[in-house]
Amino acid sequence: MEIVLGLLAVLVVSGLVAAFIAARPRRRNAELEPPSAPPLPPKAENGSAPAAPKPAKARRPQIPSEEELARQAAEVVAEAEAVLAGAREAPVIEPEPGEAPAALKPRFRDRIGKARGLLAGYLGSVRSRTKIDDESWEELEEALIRADVGITATTALLDQLRAQVKAEGIQTSEALVDALKDNLKKRLSIADRTLRIEPGQPNVWLFVGVNGVGKTTTIGKVGHLQIAEGRTVIMAAGDTFRAAAAEQLELWSKRVGATLVRGNEGGDPGAVVFDAVERAAARQTDLVLADTAGRLHTKVNLMEELKKVRRVADKPPGKVTEVLLVIDATTGQNGLVQAKQFTEAVEVTGVVLTKLDGTAKGGIVLAIQNDLGIPIKLVGLGETADDLVPFDPDEFIDALFA
Amino acid sequence: MFDNLSDRFETIFKRMRGRGRMGEAEVDEVLREIRVALLEADVNFKVVKNLVARIKEQCVGAQLSASLSPAQQVIKIVHQELVNALGGENLKITYASKPPTVVMLAGLQGSGKTTACGKLAKWFRSQGRNPILIGCDLQRPAAVEQLRVLGGQAGVPVFSEPTDPESVAHAGLEEARRLGKDVVIVDTAGRLHVDEELMDEARRISAAVSPKYTFLVVDAMTGQDAVNVAESFHATLAIDGVILSKLDGDSRGGAALSVKEVIGRPIAFASVGEKLGDFEAFHPDRMAGRILGMGDVLTLIEKAEQAYDQDEAAAAAEKLQKGSFTLEDFLEQMQQVKKMGPIQNLVGMLPGIPKELKNAEIDEKEIGRIEAIIRSMTPEERREPQIMNGSRRLRVAQGSGTTTNEVNQLLKQFKDMQKMMRMFGKGGGGGKGRPRVPSFG
Repeated sequence: MEIVLGLLAVLVVSGLVAAFIAARPRRRNAELEPPSAPPLPPKAENGSAPAAPKPAKARRPQIPSEEELARQAAEVVAEAEAVLAGAREAPVIEPEPGEAPAALKPRFRDRIGKARGLLAGYLGSVRSRTKIDDESWEELEEALIRADVGITATTALLDQLRAQVKAEGIQTSEALVDALKDNLKKRLSIADRTLRIEPGQPNVWLFVGVNGVGKTTTIGKVGHLQIAEGRTVIMAAGDTFRAAAAEQLELWSKRVGATLVRGNEGGDPGAVVFDAVERAAARQTDLVLADTAGRLHTKVNLMEELKKVRRVADKPPGKVTEVLLVIDATTGQNGLVQAKQFTEAVEVTGVVLTKLDGTAKGGIVLAIQNDLGIPIKLVGLGETADDLVPFDPDEFIDALFA
Repeated sequence: MFDNLSDRFETIFKRMRGRGRMGEAEVDEVLREIRVALLEADVNFKVVKNLVARIKEQCVGAQLSASLSPAQQVIKIVHQELVNALGGENLKITYASKPPTVVMLAGLQGSGKTTACGKLAKWFRSQGRNPILIGCDLQRPAAVEQLRVLGGQAGVPVFSEPTDPESVAHAGLEEARRLGKDVVIVDTAGRLHVDEELMDEARRISAAVSPKYTFLVVDAMTGQDAVNVAESFHATLAIDGVILSKLDGDSRGGAALSVKEVIGRPIAFASVGEKLGDFEAFHPDRMAGRILGMGDVLTLIEKAEQAYDQDEAAAAAEKLQKGSFTLEDFLEQMQQVKKMGPIQNLVGMLPGIPKELKNAEIDEKEIGRIEAIIRSMTPEERREPQIMNGSRRLRVAQGSGTTTNEVNQLLKQFKDMQKMMRMFGKGGGGGKGRPRVPSFG
């Protein structure tokens, strides 16, 4: 009984506290705003030394000294040369923008092939039926659910398919499966999947997502692709939370020949990103790839922090042209919730679906594009730098239904 | 999404009012809802099939009890079935008679192995053990670095060397013996279960250290594929238990059920936050509630048990019921509640709390403001807030660095709360008038 009573007190107290705080959200936001501003240079006062205008406190941890920069640059060059020397034969490295995607295309089918087995089995047996019966429908449902498409989306898809079967007089199982495939392809194909780059300013691509989906690795790979297309790239180690995340990105930056900007562990990610943007502007670098710490979309404070990072990155001279949500193909129905929450917070412009080289099908992206209109832009099919390829809806669906 | 399974059931059962027994038709309809709920929660398709069949057996012809509505009764059956499926034997960690006790972690990339290693190390330390971490993940850039940082935080040494995973495992075990460590935790690289080469490497590491426990780390957000992953890892490494990671999100965590069903090994630990201490034993009953989309009252109760002094709690509750709960008591209770963790998390666990409140940002600093207001009052004012006139309010606002508006608001809410409490008091025993709690919260 004491515990129930104690619980009662907890309910009351936390309820009261929550109500008190919830009633005054405006103030909270107002409070949040000022410190969230980046360490902007104060208005250039006449005669003030140009080197001094930054508030030193916020900046010190992020900007290495000149010597350090030089050392870093030398290291980067040496490392990049060493790494690329081995990989130079690989066709992807050649900076021919037109060629790269084309050369990559077949890989999708090859790689995803590994993962086909299960679903193919189900659809195979649907196809082998002479006529469409209850079991055909059940098997279709099972196949879609097993691919993590989700029961709600699956039901909607199959209802639509049923109507189509009636309207068009579809008789054979073969035609049934094809109709479903076409339907899915159509749904996926209406989307702009280009990665946006605007001329004249450092473009910032922000990578966001929950923990462990592969954000840092994805940045490494995207950097590799962009450098192969002849762009200059700075990587911003905005994950100041996870132990050694910056080291991980540093290794990638060396591997692909990008510059790294990093801060202190536990430091302000906004400041790191802002530094990277400034550096990019000074050196006329095309692209800043900004890493962020993995965060569960349910953590309000962390999502606030992410909003701030986005605001800071979007301040001139920088411009955020892509916010890429990285989603792990093994993710189930929670993926849709993640996409919603991240979009609400930072206006996600595209999805990167990683780890599609396993047996997971990543079906949740269907719902993400369908319900939220966020296109899938890139797909991760393996561990090496050139295993990140542009998403192709036809191949994605074909691979699932082969 | 599927917020409240019991609400859905209620509508189904409204149609069968007056009958004392569930008919086949109602049961079928209910089972369909259960199936949808389980699939939404990412429970594997096949596992759902089996579960639903088992639930059906129990539902058909079940005699309806007088005290529970049919909906509650079915939920109870479903809940119990899920608890059975998730629970069974618990994993009780025993230690090797000839130390060290070796524990190996394996799993997909990004499932949270390295973090789990750090948490496990801290957990073993809290059990009075003396662990060492061995970093065999030489694949992911800076993985060993990460492990070193975590080891530093947990106060546990970390061993690794840039050779190959198998050699590191061997050498690490030697090092553990040399240092006289009694627990060895082996971190391995994330690998896809279809990658034969890497799975073979995992097998070789396992052979090198012959672990007493091999844990599979599974992300709570995993979808249907969880069964394939678990099956493959189990076939290769003979898994002893599962560590469920990232349970602090809002995924319903059906993967836990899938994995348990497929490999039949208990879920040993759950990782529930970003800090090293956010690691706890797994509770099947809570997980069952979560999969069905119910509030997490049990966790709340347990936290309350830890934080509260029983006598104090009873005294406070009595005051609450009598309506003699003062701001003084409130201040005291707030200190207790703070011990239970972030208010945000607590509110999240409460059933029947409106969404706006649940999603409200709660900054712990705000709590400081409330405290400041109360502390700026005289003892008399705290006991009898009704004497707070305009000038007293202004004084308190100035004293606490807040505004009179905020002071007014706090006083008004406190008054409302007192009214509410008196109603509870009349309800008697504190049990009856509680906010709506799902049938077995």
